[in-house]
Amino acid sequence: MTKRVMLIEDEPNIIEAIGFILSREGLTVDTHSDGTTANDKLRANRPDVLILDVMLPGKSGYDILRELRDDAATADLPVLMLTARGQSRDRETAERAGVSAFMTKPFSNAEMLDQVRRLLASAPRV
Amino acid sequence: MTMLNTLVAVCSLYALFLFAIAFAADRAAMRGQARWLRSPLVYTLSLSIYCSAWTFYGAVGSAVRTGFEYLAIYLGPSLVLMGWWWILRKLVRIGRTQRLTSVADLISSRYGKSNLLAVGVTILAVVGTTPYIALQLQSVTLSFEVFGVGDIVSGQESGHTALWVAAGLALFTVIFGTRNLDANERHNGVVMAIAVEAVVKLAALLTVGIFVVWGLLGGVSGALERIDASELGQWRINGGRWTGMIVLSGAAFLCLPRIFQVLVVENDNETHLRTASWAFPLYLGLMSLFVVPIAVTGLELLPAGSNPDLFVLTVPLSQGRDGLAVLSFLGGFSSATSMVIVAAIALSTMVSNHVVMPLFLRFAKRGAKVSGDVRHVVLLARRLSIVGVVMLGYLYYRLSGGGAALSSIGEVSFAGVAQVLPAMLGGIFWRGGSRVGALAGLTLGFGCWGYTLFLPSFGAGVFVPDSWMVAGPFGIAWLRPQALFGIEGMDPLLHTVVWSLTLNAGGFVLASLASFPRPLERLQGAQFVNVFDHSTGPPRWSGKVAQTEDLMIMAQRILGARDAQALFEHEARRQATGGTLPAPTPDFLERLERELAGSVGAATAHAMVGQIVGGMSVSVEDLMAVADETAQLMEYSARLEAQSQELARTAAKLREANSKLTRLSVQKDAFLSQISHELRTPMTSIRAFSEILRDADGLTPQEHGKYASIIHDEAIRLTRLLDDLLDLSVLENGQVNLNLRPGLLSDVLDRAVAAAAADEHGARVRIWRDPRAEEVMLNTDLDRLSQVFINLVANTRKYCDAARPRLDIRVRPGATVVIDFIDNGAGLSAEAQDVIFEKFSRVSDQKAGGAGLGLAICRQIMTRLGGEVSYLSGQGGTAFRVVVPARYAVAAQ
Repeated sequence: MTKRVMLIEDEPNIIEAIGFILSREGLTVDTHSDGTTANDKLRANRPDVLILDVMLPGKSGYDILRELRDDAATADLPVLMLTARGQSRDRETAERAGVSAFMTKPFSNAEMLDQVRRLLASAPRV
Repeated sequence: MTMLNTLVAVCSLYALFLFAIAFAADRAAMRGQARWLRSPLVYTLSLSIYCSAWTFYGAVGSAVRTGFEYLAIYLGPSLVLMGWWWILRKLVRIGRTQRLTSVADLISSRYGKSNLLAVGVTILAVVGTTPYIALQLQSVTLSFEVFGVGDIVSGQESGHTALWVAAGLALFTVIFGTRNLDANERHNGVVMAIAVEAVVKLAALLTVGIFVVWGLLGGVSGALERIDASELGQWRINGGRWTGMIVLSGAAFLCLPRIFQVLVVENDNETHLRTASWAFPLYLGLMSLFVVPIAVTGLELLPAGSNPDLFVLTVPLSQGRDGLAVLSFLGGFSSATSMVIVAAIALSTMVSNHVVMPLFLRFAKRGAKVSGDVRHVVLLARRLSIVGVVMLGYLYYRLSGGGAALSSIGEVSFAGVAQVLPAMLGGIFWRGGSRVGALAGLTLGFGCWGYTLFLPSFGAGVFVPDSWMVAGPFGIAWLRPQALFGIEGMDPLLHTVVWSLTLNAGGFVLASLASFPRPLERLQGAQFVNVFDHSTGPPRWSGKVAQTEDLMIMAQRILGARDAQALFEHEARRQATGGTLPAPTPDFLERLERELAGSVGAATAHAMVGQIVGGMSVSVEDLMAVADETAQLMEYSARLEAQSQELARTAAKLREANSKLTRLSVQKDAFLSQISHELRTPMTSIRAFSEILRDADGLTPQEHGKYASIIHDEAIRLTRLLDDLLDLSVLENGQVNLNLRPGLLSDVLDRAVAAAAADEHGARVRIWRDPRAEEVMLNTDLDRLSQVFINLVANTRKYCDAARPRLDIRVRPGATVVIDFIDNGAGLSAEAQDVIFEKFSRVSDQKAGGAGLGLAICRQIMTRLGGEVSYLSGQGGTAFRVVVPARYAVAAQ
């Protein structure tokens, strides 16, 4: 069974790029670009790893993450957070919210792939 | 000579009798038994000092010379008392509430406590009264001569007689007139003596009259027959002179210093005026009753050439009635002495208060304080003034040679003092009367009187050259002293009265209207004119014992309980009284006043202590001083308040600046964070796809092409973002150079629409324009304006959510051109409208690709061009309004 990765991101070109890279790894990539409905989507269809952008229309990535951690169904979901705001404060906020891995845009494709692989390996079996 | 000796003895006894009465009255008053001394009867009798020797002797002389004219002298005061008693009542009330001491005090007090006016009126009074005192001395001397050596006049002797009389009068006045310091305290002894003298002179005249009518003329009918037969009955009444004399005597009654003294200063009950208003005219009537019979008898019985002024004496003498003659002599003596005594008191009060004391205080270089030594000085000044005034009268008598008829000297004197009338009446009835007006009126009236009547009265050639009288000074005919302005043939007295009072009143009114009174004058004016509104009935003269406890309470309120107690205890220990409260000694009061002054100001402290200790009424000056101090305190506290407000303002400014800095710092962080995001997002795509192109094998040519063009687009997006950032930075820092040139608005819009259409992003929009309205000539930076238009059209293309987007561009020409951009989309929410002009604010999703700087740049540009761009709500779709001045002006920035 192929592993499933959920990508929540609103920048079309970045969705295309990440989608291309991960599908070449044989992963199934679901994408979603609206912050407000992200949590419902996740609960309904839990992925093995979540890649989450911070600046999203409607709801910030941090809020999505906090809600996710408060929900028993998704509390242990591995989350890789991507942010374009490269300040150390953002990393701290993300860690407090319970992020599993954190990357600053722009990133190297290889590095991003490594992080996803590591998170998949640590992901609990459902 | 035996007769003379008898007369001297009688005179001395009479004088002793008066001394005894005055002394007894003073003693009674001090024991508090003054009630009977202060009856309306005594008040009325004291007014009889109006009847001096002039009226006692001179009335008969006047009747011989001018017929019934002497009656006018009595009619004036009678009319004033009966018809104008309300003026007198007002004068009396003002005199009491203002604690007036003299006519000079009244005038000066009314016109803002002007010392200049006080000195002027004092001089006027002295100059006007001196001949009158001389007149009294002359009459006494003449009457002595009648008894002494028949009709032979010895200059040597008369000089001595007058000097003795003058000295005696001065002594009496000094003893009974200056017992008290406060001029307002009544001279009980003097008033009582005068009342007795009034009775004596009336009794004497009546007795002589009865003797003449029933003893010599054979009863009333006989008397009337003789009168008809005599030349007195032939005198025609000169209407003008009569009117003049009535007016003059009425005016003089109000203005004479001695009358003011008894009428106002010595008055202690307003209701006495009611009695006097009928009793005094009655007295005058009795005094005049037998004047004509005596005159007729004198003309018949005495040899031709006898002095008619002395008929009252010489008629009884010629009939061998020595006793009657002595009584008559005592009547004349009484008339003369009472007038001189009261006049001397009144004048000395003026002289010492308004001339001597101000000079003394100036030279002594000390503030006025009521302590022993100053009191001593005041008494001395008053005593010297009395002696001076009486001696001045004596000198006048000696110099003028005692030649003139009694009544004419009296007339001159009357006309002089009457000059006070306009300022006095104007002062108590007209609030508009001013100090300048009073000065002008008095100066004009006094000058006119002096020039036309007083100086000529010394006789031709003494002060006024004969040539002046005949041809006028320097040949100016209309300045002749007795024919001013060419009016000839008038009686000299009437001439003077008419001119001097006309000039006086006219000058007073005109100068008052032309000048602006000072605050103190206005205040005093109101106090005088509205005296019945401000004051209550007669004052209660209670025992004025200083209330130490009251002082203590007041001091506690001002100094605080502990300080006040310490002050009072310290003083009590110093005085060694044994108790905790000290006696209110002058030293202590002064010290207390100083302490209080430190807190509330000197004037306030003085008024407060005075109020408690003296039961003293607070004077207008005190109130003014208090008001001054209060104003200063208020100004000081206002300054303090202003300072603290200034501090508060500075603090608020600092707080504002601080919060602004904080806000700026937060904004800067947010801005950097935003820039970072905007830069990193396209870079993320670029890096990701460039790595894919580099690393991934087996890409299809389509994929290859697609990814390469993504990289290309994102690079352009990055470049555009950097351009916008730089542009905004330049605009915000004001470093932009505007390229001003003229052009048509339609051309600018054409270019903008074309440029916006050239961008391949966004929907196609139909644009509606109004070519006619766009024919507006602009002189501004057309490229920058075009940039704004491009932005707005591009926004419509990016964000208009209508199925068939449409943009209306409406133009309203004018000095400032208004260009509205209205699309047919859904429009913006209220929150969105608030933020769209902020940097990096984007309302819809990011697919439109802008960084959110466009409208921020537009706003900056329009500010630079002196116009503005704003969101236009309520238009259905999204609408922006651009306002731009047709001609760019530097000032518009």
